[in-house]
Amino acid sequence: MKYRAEITVMPLKALLDPQGKAITASMKNLDLPEITNVRVGKHITLEVDAEDREQAWQKVETACKKLLANPIMEYYTFTMVGCEDRSGKK
Amino acid sequence: MKFGVVVFPGSNCDHDMIYVLKKNLGQEVVTLWHKDTHLHNVDIIVLPGGFSYGDYLRSGAIARFSPIMDQVIRFAGRGGYVLGICNGFQILCEAHLLPGALLHNPSHRFICRNAFITSETADSLVTAATVPGKALKIPIAHGEGRYFAGEDVLRQMNDKQQVLFRYCDENGRVTPEANPNGSVQNIAGICNEGRNVFGMMPHPERAADPELGNEDGKAVFEGILQTIQP
Repeated sequence: MKYRAEITVMPLKALLDPQGKAITASMKNLDLPEITNVRVGKHITLEVDAEDREQAWQKVETACKKLLANPIMEYYTFTMVGCEDRSGKK
Repeated sequence: MKFGVVVFPGSNCDHDMIYVLKKNLGQEVVTLWHKDTHLHNVDIIVLPGGFSYGDYLRSGAIARFSPIMDQVIRFAGRGGYVLGICNGFQILCEAHLLPGALLHNPSHRFICRNAFITSETADSLVTAATVPGKALKIPIAHGEGRYFAGEDVLRQMNDKQQVLFRYCDENGRVTPEANPNGSVQNIAGICNEGRNVFGMMPHPERAADPELGNEDGKAVFEGILQTIQP
């Protein structure tokens, strides 16, 4: 069965996010100084063939750990369509 | 000595590296394609700078899974010497052969200019011919060069003299102002605990030819030639 994962990869909260900082600063130019703490990450979607949702979840988890996110600088969460929502660590 | 220079799709400093090793230092060089699975009995592997796989996802993240990297990791595991410059450094961090990671410059801009670095110790392959504390003028060219590692890792690296180069001013002083890219503790180059895997963001191969008017980078290669007895 095919499953679809929606993955979010974000810079670790303790790390400076230069893109987010620049965007936060620009909010003043939009007359929206109330908007703060913008942080920019990545949204990744993918499809995975698996026998069941547990196996699909494990494969996505492996892809996140090995390639899609670098735990030294990023954390990830994901949900799977057609499966119950499950999130990665953090 | 036989150098192996790995070429990934998107590498663009491979020819500069090969030129310097062959023409300026008179060494034997073989080019290793990223799909190769044989290292041709090289004495040292160099991962050159560039934009492997277009820097997609993260710099070096995809190259780290190129077929040749299995061999590079095994080679390093046996104590073989591996040097990564710029994108090569990023790849070695992604492959966990070196600690830490390279983040976007705080300016979020690509920085391409000369920088000064100073070696911390002469006790390594790439710093053996340097004088610790003396500034070397070596170009940097990167968008993701902000070295980062957790406090525990940094402590261990400092204790074990794994920090090889720090950004400094022209007099060799390591100051916040001399840090071009926000690297933690001004770190510009490091080695692993086993002292056989090396990474640095500055490009010594761009400062090793008399025609270019700056040969400060030559010291890095001279250290290698002094230390390795093939």
